[in-house]
Amino acid sequence: MSRFRLEIRVTPRPGLLDPEGKAIQNALHSLDYEHVHDVRVGKLLYLDVEAASNEEARKGADAMCRRLLANPVTEDFEIEVQEATEETVPA
Amino acid sequence: MRVAIVTFPGSNCDYDLYKCVQLVGGAPEFRWHRDVELGEVDVVMLPGGFSYGDYLRAGAIATMSPIMEAVKDFAGSGGPVVGICNGFQMLCESGLLPGALLRNRSLLFASRDVLLRVENTSSTFTQEYQAGQILRMPIAHAEGNYHADEETLDRLEGEGRVLFRYTDAEGEAADSANPNGSARSIAGILNESGNVMGMMPHPERAVEPILGSVDGLGLFQTLLSHFSPLGAV
Repeated sequence: MSRFRLEIRVTPRPGLLDPEGKAIQNALHSLDYEHVHDVRVGKLLYLDVEAASNEEARKGADAMCRRLLANPVTEDFEIEVQEATEETVPA
Repeated sequence: MRVAIVTFPGSNCDYDLYKCVQLVGGAPEFRWHRDVELGEVDVVMLPGGFSYGDYLRAGAIATMSPIMEAVKDFAGSGGPVVGICNGFQMLCESGLLPGALLRNRSLLFASRDVLLRVENTSSTFTQEYQAGQILRMPIAHAEGNYHADEETLDRLEGEGRVLFRYTDAEGEAADSANPNGSARSIAGILNESGNVMGMMPHPERAVEPILGSVDGLGLFQTLLSHFSPLGAV
């Protein structure tokens, strides 16, 4: 078994109204960043896990996203798997 | 009518529901989210509040509580389940009701009275109301913006599963009367089998004149009409 660090990005589905993103976009416009056309706000989760392989770590994360971490009605998710290093494993 | 009211860490409308069930002559009982059995009850109610601090998504973590397996079994066997506010969010998160509740389009926590039009008067929950009746009751939520894909919304409407809609005083579902941006002004819905309902407004906070409205009583009286008051077997 090795340790892996999972980076999971959960974002609102395209086309879905994201009022928080809209509010941030308006705030950017008020700072004269008029060229900002769209802002979407999501969540970033880091998970440290043990798994036999990179593939198994990804499979587990996919199941976690479907069961809890993302709402399939409103959110998409992306998973990145990294082998954990000294730097990424908290002491 | 024996009613199990499930308390989660962060629930804050559980006592309101308890008092309300007593008020109409039913027999409420608390259940804790870590319980694994509901016991002999006629109805299950999931109260409003901020279970688990709304972490991750409102209602999401509560659906992993041990008691929710029993609630799913109860719903699966046809038992009536009512989810109010955070309880509605839990029912959507657990898949017992379709759709999801997003952040209010205003981004603000909305705490005020709203008007609702009764859309279905034949459900297990709404028979005491008149078709098109306008009800006044409070909302208190930041994530009450009902969302589902167009196909699901069409089905809900086609099958009479929209129970309540936000309207103005004339009974029009105007956008200006929609407090949170809900799709098609939907405030409350029913599942496919008609035994699970969820709504964002708080009927349990509109049951005595001193609260400013008694329009929520109809829901509890409808439920009571299906059972003997104190649940004698």
